[in-house]
Amino acid sequence: MSGGEDPRLHACIQAYWRRNLRLMAGLLAVWAFAGLGCGVLLADRLNAFRLGGFPLGFWFAQQGSILVFVALIGVYALAMRRLDRIHHAELEALRRSGAPREG
Amino acid sequence: MSQKSWTFLMVGLSFALYLFIAWRTRVRDTHGFYVAGRGVPAAANGMATAADWMSAASFISMAGIISTMGYAGGVYLMGWTGGFVLLALLLAPYLRKFGHFTVPDFVGDRYESNVARTVAVICAVFVSFTYVAGQMRGVGIVFSRFLEVDIDVGVAIGMALVLVYATLGGMKGITWTQVAQYWVLISAFLIPAIAISIQLTGQPLPQLGMGAELLREGVPLLAKLDGLHAELGFAPYTEAFAGGWDRVNVFCTALALMVGTAGLPHVIVRFYTVRNVAAARWSGFWALGFIALLYLTAPATAAFARYFLIESLQGRSEAELPEWFRHWSHTGLILWLDDGDGRVRYAGGEALAENELFRAGSLGAADLAELRAGHERWLRSSGSEGADGRQALRERGLSGPDPDIIVLATPEMAGLASWIVALVAAGGLAAALSTASGLLLVISSSVAHDLYYRMLRPDASEAQQLLVGRLVIGLAVVVAGLFGIFPPGFVSQVVAFAFGLAAASFFPVIALGIFSRRVGTVPAIAGMTAGIVFTAAYILGSVYGGMPRWCFGIGPQGIGTVGMLLNFAVTLALTPLFPPPSAEVRALIDRIREPEGAGPAVIAEA
Repeated sequence: MSGGEDPRLHACIQAYWRRNLRLMAGLLAVWAFAGLGCGVLLADRLNAFRLGGFPLGFWFAQQGSILVFVALIGVYALAMRRLDRIHHAELEALRRSGAPREG
Repeated sequence: MSQKSWTFLMVGLSFALYLFIAWRTRVRDTHGFYVAGRGVPAAANGMATAADWMSAASFISMAGIISTMGYAGGVYLMGWTGGFVLLALLLAPYLRKFGHFTVPDFVGDRYESNVARTVAVICAVFVSFTYVAGQMRGVGIVFSRFLEVDIDVGVAIGMALVLVYATLGGMKGITWTQVAQYWVLISAFLIPAIAISIQLTGQPLPQLGMGAELLREGVPLLAKLDGLHAELGFAPYTEAFAGGWDRVNVFCTALALMVGTAGLPHVIVRFYTVRNVAAARWSGFWALGFIALLYLTAPATAAFARYFLIESLQGRSEAELPEWFRHWSHTGLILWLDDGDGRVRYAGGEALAENELFRAGSLGAADLAELRAGHERWLRSSGSEGADGRQALRERGLSGPDPDIIVLATPEMAGLASWIVALVAAGGLAAALSTASGLLLVISSSVAHDLYYRMLRPDASEAQQLLVGRLVIGLAVVVAGLFGIFPPGFVSQVVAFAFGLAAASFFPVIALGIFSRRVGTVPAIAGMTAGIVFTAAYILGSVYGGMPRWCFGIGPQGIGTVGMLLNFAVTLALTPLFPPPSAEVRALIDRIREPEGAGPAVIAEA
């Protein structure tokens, strides 16, 4: 399903992919900031602050980053479910309006 | 009931459960054998992935390593969990949409090359064997420590068990056994941690207990550990970038482990077993959630155990030493060689010369006895006869207790009930067996599916493929068992190798295969080769060749990061010079990027 024949179908698939990439870039930026940023590169500076009994940099390296990672995958799965539904609706609309659909 | 009978009971019951599941899930076709008929629900697949991924190293060694390393232990926690984000976002949904059986399948089809497929098969088999050898050894160690069975007998029992359920049920049997193994291993890890957390801090959640105040002393646990470390000469427990773990190395090691995790074939194939693309995404979420239960608890166990270890040994005389110390010093995981004052002194860092606690490592029993006898004579003669055993052990790099003792002995340190100690044994076995079976399946599918069916005998019937798959898995179990009985001396370094290689080979090639429609065959093979050769040469050179760390001072564990960047750089630099992939492959890429639509892979399984 390359969508090469019908420009509207092609645009619909392109839009889905671009939204997916944008979402992914955002989530990966958070991933890098929480894990490699707070957990590693900034760890010594964050250690000057405390979270309960934890020095903050140490907490990010051993607890916080993992919690963020789990949340990120959850957000991605939820957001993609929404995106998939929108995409599905758009494809249905195209099909009803008589666009030829291969495959 | 004695400790030993409890352990036999727990281990026996868990083994009986695994065999029962294997019988109920036996399969008759390659679909069931390689991808469990693609009918595994997301949450169950997440649980199986978690058990698959958490190896004997995660269960037995990781908390101990963190306990010794303090802050820097976080590289393993972040590296091994952070990789799942990459996997779930960048690879898993697309590979599931692609819908074949193995990782080399994707590499071979996307890059239209049997050379690429062969390189991928070799990497997959190498990474898996490296790993599985360690697992079989882990099985043997748990047997020998808890049940006082010979290590070799333990390995043989583990081999027999895996042989039955992996050949009978293939991926289906392995998946459902792993679900059971997850429950065994997670309860074995959490119950002692919760009990100890309540005992030390009154806080039932170990993750909070770790940051709470000690009931007995009224100071926060981590502050207490920082103080104890300062007294003993170690760097403070929570301090970032102490010793050899500088910023560059922590960063590169964490990133290499992350990318390596995302490239490990036995984890990737688990995402082929779910129903559809959405289930693959959710499955990644469940997998990391279930893994996080253990990974968030391990640093707490590490901190509690560090406190127990120092408090119960430091400054004690022979008569005051706790029972667990006597028990575990028989295993060589912890040894005390006194300097003559009759008091235990644990020290490190600047004060390493005064340290009296050691481990036997790979030292044989005879060598160790000789060393201890020499040390006795040295003590009695005040240094004129014999030899200082502490110096000999220090020179061999055996200062301090073995990290494995942390998880294995902590329940005893805390004086927990016998059945909890027995549960830890069953948990260690579950962790080792679940990982071993997943890896063996990758070896089997790489050889039987990619080599035999896709390259040598494309006309092989379903029954022939299944037979070859079962034969290969049987053979792989035997080879893995032999590695466990005669461990090559390099097993521990080789794990760094497995991750470095996965990071430098699979991750870039798969990610570019999905996200670029332009990258063609030659650049991909060149990139993969450059990444592998560089990483392998650097690791072998610095571990065996005494090569200096010329690449920004990065150690062998972190070099996979550079190998990965090199792979990306070579592939992308060569891409404009070579033709783009064929129209069919571009159609394939379009198909895997889009969840709807009827690609051939989806039709084939409907």
